[in-house]
Amino acid sequence: MSCQVRPLWPPFIAGIVLGLVVLLTFVLVGNGMGSSGAFARVATEVGLQVAPEATRENAYLGGMAQGNPLAAWIVIAAIGTLIGAILAAVSSGRFRVKVDRGSGRIGVAPRLLLALGGGLLAGFGSRLAAGCTSGVGLSNTAMLGVAGFVFLIVFFVVGILISLLMRRVW
Amino acid sequence: MDYGTAGTALATGLLFGFVLEQAGFGSPCKLTAQFRLTDWSVFKVMFSAIIVAAIGILLLQANNTFGAQGFYVAETYLWGTVLGAVLIGAGFAIGGYCPGTSVVGLGSGRIDGLVFMLGMVIGVWAFAGVYDSDFIQAAVNGAQVSARTVPELLGVSPWLVVAAMLLVLAGGFFAGRALEQRSHGVYTAEDITEGRAPDESDELGRDLGREASAARRTDTD
Repeated sequence: MSCQVRPLWPPFIAGIVLGLVVLLTFVLVGNGMGSSGAFARVATEVGLQVAPEATRENAYLGGMAQGNPLAAWIVIAAIGTLIGAILAAVSSGRFRVKVDRGSGRIGVAPRLLLALGGGLLAGFGSRLAAGCTSGVGLSNTAMLGVAGFVFLIVFFVVGILISLLMRRVW
Repeated sequence: MDYGTAGTALATGLLFGFVLEQAGFGSPCKLTAQFRLTDWSVFKVMFSAIIVAAIGILLLQANNTFGAQGFYVAETYLWGTVLGAVLIGAGFAIGGYCPGTSVVGLGSGRIDGLVFMLGMVIGVWAFAGVYDSDFIQAAVNGAQVSARTVPELLGVSPWLVVAAMLLVLAGGFFAGRALEQRSHGVYTAEDITEGRAPDESDELGRDLGREASAARRTDTD
């Protein structure tokens, strides 16, 4: 593997290509790209393995439990996202197995706890908003949807405010 | 699901992850720097992507090419969207990722990305556990907005909305450039790969510069 770390794409180049990928997804599938839905499917599948009855009876997970939750389009897309990221990171010399501790002022355990807690909030929030930064912020806004604009404004304002409390971490 | 559908999912997902990693969005430092207003890459990438996709969709919709007039746009339940965005924004600032970028983080080797993904699964279970409560039901079913899109809601041309978004992008570009210059600057590929802040590499660069000039003085002496 090459040790040479290649530069990132300039933001506007990445943005234009990302926009074309979203457009291609709409053309091929009829809806945009999403991410968080895959985690709802995985949560359902794990629930079916661990507590099948409770999962089928649950008002939220029960619907997804019909059929194979992991056979959903969005789960395959998330696996694709993972493969695409690996290809980009490896081919650019940016692949490093590590715990990213930001500025390095906090230890590994606190960093992983923050990642777990942040994920928990995002997982819960994505079900409230029926999507995340990809499905609502990017794809719905590309359709000029009301939800997308509301999401992006609130997301950025809250992110900036909470980030004031996180200066030590990053 | 047939092979064709699975193929489109895999291919578009792969392109999505590839571009996000190339933009540096596997790095929680670079992502959260947008919220510290020191690196405006997230805003620039997202907003230009939205505008490119929006223009493409509007052009396709004009002649219903590829059935573009039927492209899916979800209805808006205001409180669900607002509360969800609050939690995802907070989760982003605390955990360093959003759902899609945590997958990209894992793809670039970051264990914390995987832990964020695990947290999301737990978050979905927590949501499922309280789904029947009055509060959640009111949030996900209440305050439905009468129109699905902003042009419909405001009764204006979609192109006017795109023009307004272009103005916001331009404003963000100039505001971002000024703030990036006031701070330590954007994270480069080396910064996010080696896990250092841009100002550290600047200091290193200045140190190297001092050493070089000291060496030159020694040479001439």
